[in-house]
Amino acid sequence: MPVPFDSSPDLSEYANPERLVGVEWLAAHAGTPGLHILESNEDILLYDTGHIPGAIKIDWHTELNDPVVRDYVDGAGFAALMQAKGISRDDTVVIYGDKSNWWAAYALWVFTLFGHPDVRLLNGGRDAWVASGGEMTREIPHPTPSSYPVIQRDDTQIRAFKEDVLAHLGKPLIDVRSPEEYSGERTHMPAYPEEGALRGGHIPTAKSIPWARAANEDSTFRNAEELRSLYVEEQGFDPNAEVITYCRIGERSSHTWFVMKYLLGFDSVKNYDGSWTEWGSAVRVPIHTGTQPGEVS
Amino acid sequence: MNESAALPASLAAIRDDFLALEVPDRLQLLLEYSDSLPEVLEGTVEEDHWERVEECQSPVFISVLVEAEAVEVMAQAPPEAPTTRGFASILVHGLKGMTRQEILDTPPDFPLQLGLQNAVSMLRLRGMSGMLWRIKRQIQESSV
Repeated sequence: MPVPFDSSPDLSEYANPERLVGVEWLAAHAGTPGLHILESNEDILLYDTGHIPGAIKIDWHTELNDPVVRDYVDGAGFAALMQAKGISRDDTVVIYGDKSNWWAAYALWVFTLFGHPDVRLLNGGRDAWVASGGEMTREIPHPTPSSYPVIQRDDTQIRAFKEDVLAHLGKPLIDVRSPEEYSGERTHMPAYPEEGALRGGHIPTAKSIPWARAANEDSTFRNAEELRSLYVEEQGFDPNAEVITYCRIGERSSHTWFVMKYLLGFDSVKNYDGSWTEWGSAVRVPIHTGTQPGEVS
Repeated sequence: MNESAALPASLAAIRDDFLALEVPDRLQLLLEYSDSLPEVLEGTVEEDHWERVEECQSPVFISVLVEAEAVEVMAQAPPEAPTTRGFASILVHGLKGMTRQEILDTPPDFPLQLGLQNAVSMLRLRGMSGMLWRIKRQIQESSV
């Protein structure tokens, strides 16, 4: 049975408000049959220090990635993961996490590769829940295993590979990393040195729109009018055009991907998960340094 | 792994505790370490004596106090970075009471001997290796 959407007015202006829930909605609906709450963090132990009652941990690194190849789990792997977490195909999944929901958005993007029908983000993530005084527990639920079908991952709609980006040059491309990473002063995010690349800079023609411009101080998303003003009016992106987002390993760009696809309703938005750790180490791909987007050579 | 033979007793005991557990329980033990990172009272270490561990994704700082052969390792990491706190705590507890030479002789692959590769991933373990070599470097610099 579908779990009702959050119909609060602060979400109604977004293109797909059914993809978001607020902390009040979650507090009121936690425990509803068919609703699963997942926590997806950068830090694998953060969930264990305290989480929303009933929430189950999902780890981007050890669970959503293939352990050998740089890729995501396959259909059988995803089905096994869902079964172990007690999630059925027609269940509602609400994901939240740390760092303004980077890893929650990333997990939601992976769920979308498998076409899970009803997957939503908690607006503001873990920070918002804690700030609202929401209950936290260290008690870990033990879900009853579910049955979940083996669904083949669809990489054609919302995922871009390096070859796709090469063919896309000249069309809308967004680099959501920090300005220092974009210009090439840094090859990694401040404080993330182990995920660097051999070269610095950005993909030619990519516009620099750091992910944080879509978020408020309290980690919630900016309202629809502010987002439209940023991406459509200030940056001139056409909602009907094909857009590709990228960052360093695809997690911050999942945040922007979510904003453009579900909050602004752009037709075609893809996340290039190889991102700078692939592009910046690839042989003979074009790179532009400095603060300007640069041109297709 | 031949080098594990050279592991000092306190670190070997920590390693054995981890390896005796199933992988999910190793994370719980890491959480216990995270919870028990000794707090460093304000004023114990001068502000500019804290060294940022750049290998870690979270803000973690270490400071090593060396007096003759005695060494005290201190660390600070925020509660919202429990994995990093856990790594720091393992080193603070494990290196306690060791002489400077014993710490310098600690195998650099100690973090890899805890059986956490599959539980937390190699990427995250690199932060702990970074802490260990920075601790050793601070000890070496202190003797100059």
